[in-house]
Amino acid sequence: MTDLRFRTYTGVSKVVGPLMVLDGVEGIGYGEIAEITLPGGEVRIGQVLETTTTRAMVQVFRGTRDLDTEKTQVRFRGEPMKISLSSDMLGRTFDGSARPIDGGGPVIPECIRDIYGSPINPAAREHPRDSIQTGISSIDGMNTLVRGQKLPIFSGAGLPHNLLASQIARQAKVTGQAEKFAVVFAAMGITYEESAFFIREFEESGALERTVLFLNLADDPAIERIITPRLALTTAEYLAFDKGMHVLVVLTDLTNYCEALREIAAAREEVPGRRGYPGYIYTDLASLYERAGRIRGREGSITQIPILTMPDDDITHPVPDLTGYITEGQIVLSRDLHRKGIYPPVDVLPCLSRLMQGGIGPGRTRADHAEVKNQLYSAYARGIRLKSLVAVMGEEGLTSLDRLYIRFCDRFENDFIRQASYEDRSFDDTLTLAWDLLSILPKAELKRISPDFIKMYYHGEEILECKGP
Amino acid sequence: MRVGKAMEKRKHDEKDTMGEKNGVIIRVTGPVVEAEGMAGSRMYESVRVGNAGLIGEIIILEGDRATIQVYEETIGVTPGEPVVRTYLPLSVELGPGLIGTMYDGIQRPLEEILKNNGDMIERGSSAPALDRTKKYRFYPLAKSGDTVREGDRIGCVRESVSVNHYILIPPGLSGTLHFIAEQGEYVITDTIAILDTGEEKKELTMIQRWPVRDPRPVRERLDPIEPLLTGQRIIDTLFPLARGGTAAIPGPFGSGKTVVQQQLAKWVNAEIIIYIGCGERGNEMADVLEQFPTLKDPRTGHALSSRMVLIANTSNMPVAAREASVYTGITIAEYYRDMGYHVALMADSTSRWAEAMREISGRLEEMPGEEGYPAYLSSRLADFYERAGRVSLLGSGDHEGSISVIGAVSPPGGDFSEPVTQNTLRIVKVFWALDADLAYQRHFPAINWLMSYSLYSPIAGIWWEEHIGPDFIRMKQEMMEILQRENELEEIIRLVGPETLPESDRLLLLKAEILRESYLMQYAFDEFDTFTGPKKQYRMLKAIFTFFSQAERALETGISVSRLRGLPVIESFARMGTASPEEEDPLFESIARDTDAIRDLKEVL
Repeated sequence: MTDLRFRTYTGVSKVVGPLMVLDGVEGIGYGEIAEITLPGGEVRIGQVLETTTTRAMVQVFRGTRDLDTEKTQVRFRGEPMKISLSSDMLGRTFDGSARPIDGGGPVIPECIRDIYGSPINPAAREHPRDSIQTGISSIDGMNTLVRGQKLPIFSGAGLPHNLLASQIARQAKVTGQAEKFAVVFAAMGITYEESAFFIREFEESGALERTVLFLNLADDPAIERIITPRLALTTAEYLAFDKGMHVLVVLTDLTNYCEALREIAAAREEVPGRRGYPGYIYTDLASLYERAGRIRGREGSITQIPILTMPDDDITHPVPDLTGYITEGQIVLSRDLHRKGIYPPVDVLPCLSRLMQGGIGPGRTRADHAEVKNQLYSAYARGIRLKSLVAVMGEEGLTSLDRLYIRFCDRFENDFIRQASYEDRSFDDTLTLAWDLLSILPKAELKRISPDFIKMYYHGEEILECKGP
Repeated sequence: MRVGKAMEKRKHDEKDTMGEKNGVIIRVTGPVVEAEGMAGSRMYESVRVGNAGLIGEIIILEGDRATIQVYEETIGVTPGEPVVRTYLPLSVELGPGLIGTMYDGIQRPLEEILKNNGDMIERGSSAPALDRTKKYRFYPLAKSGDTVREGDRIGCVRESVSVNHYILIPPGLSGTLHFIAEQGEYVITDTIAILDTGEEKKELTMIQRWPVRDPRPVRERLDPIEPLLTGQRIIDTLFPLARGGTAAIPGPFGSGKTVVQQQLAKWVNAEIIIYIGCGERGNEMADVLEQFPTLKDPRTGHALSSRMVLIANTSNMPVAAREASVYTGITIAEYYRDMGYHVALMADSTSRWAEAMREISGRLEEMPGEEGYPAYLSSRLADFYERAGRVSLLGSGDHEGSISVIGAVSPPGGDFSEPVTQNTLRIVKVFWALDADLAYQRHFPAINWLMSYSLYSPIAGIWWEEHIGPDFIRMKQEMMEILQRENELEEIIRLVGPETLPESDRLLLLKAEILRESYLMQYAFDEFDTFTGPKKQYRMLKAIFTFFSQAERALETGISVSRLRGLPVIESFARMGTASPEEEDPLFESIARDTDAIRDLKEVL
């Protein structure tokens, strides 16, 4: 039976969108890889999506243009998609199907792996605890990133998510530790300019030689985006768990990835779910995002920063929505702050880092970190609420305490959130800044901070009298 | 009802008359496989698919053809490969050794798989669900010659420091004990009793099998009569759950569903905890695994993991196994209930389970119902939640057990009008609505007090008044009124501004603020705030409401609300939750003194 698998077939019976159907085949396995030779001699790769005793449906990664039903030849490899891996991949650039596009030769494999991987046994996982200092206050102070976490950036068209991602990649470090560090970058349908920006950034910061790039640009075939992130993540797993490196994976833009999934679902005439996306999109995204983490007894780690642009800035759109349910929090960028000229325009209220709790505190960042964060959140939320009141009825109705909260809110945005794209603040800098801001408020308002810390760090004055307006 | 017995008998008969008969795969699409040559197989029969022997279950039969959902990744499965029948429905193995173990959705022990197969779960990995080599000390609870019936306790082993595991006569069997093992060390596969049923002499071991999709039988279902205390103030006081009750926690992502579920798992006063991580994050399960064995239960002083079973089918593990995970969990829960335990089951999240149904339904090209979910969504949800309840058990004696189910729901976009939330709400009796706005302000638990409800409030109220304090119901009602009124006032402020409010309304806002920030808000990661027992809850309420009545009196004598707001006692309220048992008395005494001192405030002219 197995030898049948390597038989070459001609005679494609149907081509629709990114899919082609072959009849009269035999013994084709689900998920196996097909090499498709076009009449012009070009070879493309495809994958079996559905197989019956005599028929196979194949998705063609670099598109079905120029396929014909007479001369096109298809050879089935009898195995799922694999990638050749080597630590020499660091510093190299590949296309979305892992072919070198930097003029260098092919990778001499140290090992070959299935790109779909296998799920990490939950019993093998180590709970991530090493906090990463990104040097960005709105992240370090409010939503600390931890090694092994997957923390996406929810952005919108035209917002500086690329600048932020490159700043994180450049500045990220675990304090007091010098370890092997690598970046794996996977572009899915971003423009040439955006990708050039990243490459330049990596080059300038000297990170390029520790970076592996997989580029599927906007004019590359959309269906290839299905495999690009999996190639990147398989590489990252190899570097992290075989070579003991701490790997930061930047995936951009997941919205394009989901569009590609939707395209295939539509071509297969599947029952559409919300906004036409297929019903299995949660499971599919999880198979990417869950490939982050740490494994007990192994050196390395995979930290993921997926970037996605929310269509119409809508956080309830299926792509950000499902992502938020899988990832360990999210960094949300705001158009309002961006318009005010604040970089990075991180809207801290809807942001979250679920692994922060284990990564901060004494011995990691600082003992007061958790309480300071909670207090900043509640004070900023209150300031924002008051500002929306002021917008309706002016400042007259405000008490003097309310005014302090508004002052806090403004300074929080201008001093704490705002920073330069090359400004690298330590955890200590960030927390000191936080206490400067909290000291605007009267001591009695700091209900979420224990008296000991207030005694240690608070340096404001009791300027508020107990009198009403 | 007597499924187990019937299936076993049938397996016997068919194997004898027909011999092993295999089907052949004719189509593969994702987790769904079709095979022919399957005549004679039954719905929901468990099968082994392909050369790799992947575990699957028959979900459609049509003539000679069967459609099978496969619980493992199907990449590489090829038409022409065999499908081997097992003649049994998808079942779990029940017996000593469940406690403290982490399983995937189809009861494969993950620690064992880790030892055998390495860090990744490879296809076709398997290991017996229960450890066959571990010896347990067996204490017989019956003698030979005794007449026993289904559900009777015939023996007991100590499964963990917290759990006595009773060996029961399996449902469907009764007769005379022909033999029972003496006290001693046995492995679970040893014969510990021989039952003479009249037809045959049946050897019993400590293992039972039970099909996951069938509820285990009980004698009678009973109404819940007491609250299930959780140590979470907003839940116990305002929206209580009952022993044997059902609750849903819907909320958008980031609103703290998982933290609430974990808090409940840690602190709920049930004897056995079943925690199902259904399609959730791997790192979270790692956290649970790391935390729960070290976490001391305040009642027994033992680790939580000594009375807990964990089921982890993370989002990247096969989707069909995710669909099965809630059934696996509830069947294990029923097994412990049958021993007379109070069991609490947390399912995080039922939406992922519903999505697994949708995904498989989509692959079957079924006619979709609302939002692509299959039309049987609501009946499946109902079937699941109906397996909760307080019951009177089979067997002689008047034993009682209960299962309380708490299901998290993850509505897309936080929109509660979606089908999973709505269908769940039609069944459950308690609704804890999580609110993104509260979460953004870091008000946790982010349970919205205006939207949530509990139909067990009357039952719980009676219990509180009988056991804790006589004016509980009055304070609780007043609390709800204050919070409701605050909401109305905020509408007014939004329209006309705060300066027009009369002093009495300002006082109400102050009251609401104290209730929200010092009582309803509870910090899960604080050593002491994480759990508040009923006595302390009552004490806190009492302190707050005493202050309220003093404040009202002061207002009448012309003291302004902003003066009251500046009193040090307000700050003390915020420290009530985090106070350690030693700090508690001095703190409450100082609050009482400060509250008393309000009497002496003089009007400032």
